[in-house]
Amino acid sequence: MNCQVLIREISAYLDGELGVETLAEIEVHLERCKDCRLIVDTTRKTIEIYSSSQPLPLPNDVRERLHQALVKRLGRRPAT
Amino acid sequence: MIQAETVCANLLRHGCSAAGTLPLTLMSSPEPKHLPSTIVREDEGALVSLAKSGDLGAFDELVNRYERRIFRLAMNITQNREDAEDATQDAFLKSFQHLAEFQGESRFYTWLVRIAVNEALMRLRRRRRNVTSLDEPVQTEEDLMPREIEDWGPTPEQRYQVTELHSILNNAIAELDPIFRTVFVLRDMEQLSTEEAADALGISVPAVKSRLLRARLKLRERLSRYFGQRQQA
Repeated sequence: MNCQVLIREISAYLDGELGVETLAEIEVHLERCKDCRLIVDTTRKTIEIYSSSQPLPLPNDVRERLHQALVKRLGRRPAT
Repeated sequence: MIQAETVCANLLRHGCSAAGTLPLTLMSSPEPKHLPSTIVREDEGALVSLAKSGDLGAFDELVNRYERRIFRLAMNITQNREDAEDATQDAFLKSFQHLAEFQGESRFYTWLVRIAVNEALMRLRRRRRNVTSLDEPVQTEEDLMPREIEDWGPTPEQRYQVTELHSILNNAIAELDPIFRTVFVLRDMEQLSTEEAADALGISVPAVKSRLLRARLKLRERLSRYFGQRQQA
């Protein structure tokens, strides 16, 4: 295991998709490589920041246009 | 039978942000990460069945649950408010009109996302025609190697005001190539599985994994410019 291989596997590592053998190799590498530890940590943080972002309500005008379109086009039963 | 007007009255009863302002599609929250199992409530199957039988009230409830997520998804893919509005509207209209084709083999939300992604990508391609290709760019191993290697500290996002953080996150994702951005949005923001994202985009599972890796590393690189400890001074 070297830094280049670890970077290629970083997504699978963070998603818990690695086999036992590769996982062990990565853990050993991380023990002794500070740069890779920082990269793993900041990549994990990147995912966490975006995954915890919350969608906000639709702006009023968007909601109204959606409303009008639904009135116009959905005033009947869908095909069954 | 609930009439369309009732559906729309319900659509309007919820809180809205100030009209005329740009939609804020990203906002950090202390709430825990939502897993797919918590996105979909237990009664969704019943709601979909009712909507398929023509119950607009049931469809209204589905719209209420997912409209904000679908709008954020469309904004993040298109990076254009007008396109995102159109894509959101058409995604819900088409989902209702084609409900009979939904066989329940996937989650309704995943099926809706697939429709919304198609609507958003169609508008992105239209707007970007003659500008740049959405095909896979040439990739090299060197692209993957990080340049910014700094500690961010335990909670870098707490160093910023909410609006400032929102701007940082939005700018970073907007700079991504659309083929990377779309995969990241589906996997890490909308919490779709790799297989669901591959299905929604019509690409292979390995392609999703490859693009997700690059998207994550590119975003990490960009955020490091803001969150790196040397920025704290």
